[in-house]
Amino acid sequence: MIGEKPKDLRAHLPLAYPALMLAIFFIVPFGLMAAVSFFHRQPGGFYIPAFELANYQNLYTALFGRTLVFSLFIAGLSAAVCVCIGFPFTYFITRMKRRSQVVWLVLLMSVLSLSEVIIGFAWSLLLSRTAGLSNLLVWIGLIERPVAWYPGFAALLFGICYLAFPYTVLVLYPPLSRLDPALPEAAQTLGASPLRTFFTVVVGSLRNAIVAAFVMVFVFTLGAYLLPQILGRPRHWTLSVLITDAAIYQTNMPLAAAMAIFFMAVSLVLVAITMTVGKGKNIKTA
Amino acid sequence: MSGLTLENVAKSYGAVVAVRDVNLHLPDGQFVCFLGPSGCGKTTLLRLIAGLEKPSRGRILLDDEDITDTPAHKRNFGMVFQSLALFPHMTVGENVGYSLRIRKTHKAARRQRARELLDLVKLSGLIDRHISQLSGGQQQRVAMARALAIEPRLFLLDEPLSALDAKLREDMQLELRMLQQRLTVTTILVTHDQREAMTMSDLVVVMGPDNRVHQMDSPLEIYRNPADTFVADFIGTSNLLDGISSGSRAVTIGDTRLEVADLPDGMTPDTKVTVSVRPEEIHVLPGVEKGDNRMHGRVSFVRDVGSSVEIYLDCNGLQIVSQSTPKGRPAVQQGDQATAVLPPAACVVLKS
Repeated sequence: MIGEKPKDLRAHLPLAYPALMLAIFFIVPFGLMAAVSFFHRQPGGFYIPAFELANYQNLYTALFGRTLVFSLFIAGLSAAVCVCIGFPFTYFITRMKRRSQVVWLVLLMSVLSLSEVIIGFAWSLLLSRTAGLSNLLVWIGLIERPVAWYPGFAALLFGICYLAFPYTVLVLYPPLSRLDPALPEAAQTLGASPLRTFFTVVVGSLRNAIVAAFVMVFVFTLGAYLLPQILGRPRHWTLSVLITDAAIYQTNMPLAAAMAIFFMAVSLVLVAITMTVGKGKNIKTA
Repeated sequence: MSGLTLENVAKSYGAVVAVRDVNLHLPDGQFVCFLGPSGCGKTTLLRLIAGLEKPSRGRILLDDEDITDTPAHKRNFGMVFQSLALFPHMTVGENVGYSLRIRKTHKAARRQRARELLDLVKLSGLIDRHISQLSGGQQQRVAMARALAIEPRLFLLDEPLSALDAKLREDMQLELRMLQQRLTVTTILVTHDQREAMTMSDLVVVMGPDNRVHQMDSPLEIYRNPADTFVADFIGTSNLLDGISSGSRAVTIGDTRLEVADLPDGMTPDTKVTVSVRPEEIHVLPGVEKGDNRMHGRVSFVRDVGSSVEIYLDCNGLQIVSQSTPKGRPAVQQGDQATAVLPPAACVVLKS
């Protein structure tokens, strides 16, 4: 190494600010939560410092297990839906002219300016029986009578995907636009039809980007709290709803903290597995 | 007629013309170079042949069969791209065997064929390497092996050597030419390097900045008998002298009468013409000599690079460059008066 000198404290000073922010706004709150998850709950009161595993033992209920599985399931499913639709969508955008690309991206960005609350209530209205889109279909003559598409699993999945889709495109756009246009062309001169080209070369060479997008949407969707309550039935409520319920309405902070920590651990393990599997055998990052 | 035929092929993107009315016939088994400056449409022409672009007008025929509307993946042409376009997520063997995988060839047969091709391009033993582990020259060879895997009807190369350093490029030129002769596959190579084109090709197609084909001929014929001033100037160096035709076999340049071997057909006297004379055809004599095919002036510069000597003569504002071997070096110095002798056989008359 040339010009590498032992750094004194002053050289590290610029790092102090982000480190401090990270500590104040992430590490300290997280540490507090981790600590509270071991504290003792006082019924009717709050909690007192202690070290007991009772909160974690209390997690062992059918409700918690079912909700946990459902939360992971809907997060995984919506991530899969978003990537399956988002990848070809982004691919077509990157093949467009510069101008049309900007129009599409601005359109997607504008969805991000809406809050989750507005999106949730807007779709609950649009999917409802009385004022929803089904009335339009009745008017066209496609269906007999208006139907309610909400609340339900499909409505929830749709809402979550609507929310996460712009992020999916944003994550996929840079690697896709950097893709050498000669790669698909080369595949075609070698005899691959456009569809084969897409799956063997475009998807294949961007495997890392696809895994990254999947993990991003998965993690993003795990935290869904509002949409399940607006668009889903109580059995579609996710763990975030359960945690809030424990923390706010039952004032059982230690239990909520234990739930959150356990949920996070399971998610991290799943993400790690996805990344290892997605990386595949000896694939080099481009 | 067997071979590739282009009939009135033209391509434009909106108002921008990339290729203007090209008519060509490329016989089988030949090594053809599309040569021209950047932006002359040579790459577009290659992409039209490959089927990656659709011509705005005209037809492309292969052995009398119209392939204008045949999509690229059904043409069975092998192509090497300028960026090489090797698949980064596959090994060397998987890259080479890709076209066979698409054709559902058995895995073992695929690997066997990949091995043969890698032997052919002298990369034996690298079959399980990753693309990123190869040097530029090796990647080059993989790209060629991949394009040749299906025994293509046409082998197309888009400036594949431009990314290599000079020494490696010269080696690859020879190797590519020998490979083509061994396989006798009809090959089209796009290049802007006239030396590369001269080294490798049976036929050179010269394209100009006006996006037209200016000349198609063997490399030597193009060098000796350029079709117009653009070709004369672009291929090698040339003295281009403006004059007026006078009589059946003569051109007047300033006050010098130049006897020439031939005038273009149908040339009437008193037409403006340009005479192209290659530097190595011009002899320089010390002192002032008058007469036909002789121009005298002051030596303005002598470039002696060891392997050859170039003498720059300033003949009343007209610059004439002569080139000779060190042994045949004329006894003149910078500032001397000297005479350039332009042999009639070396003077190629072009319409202005």
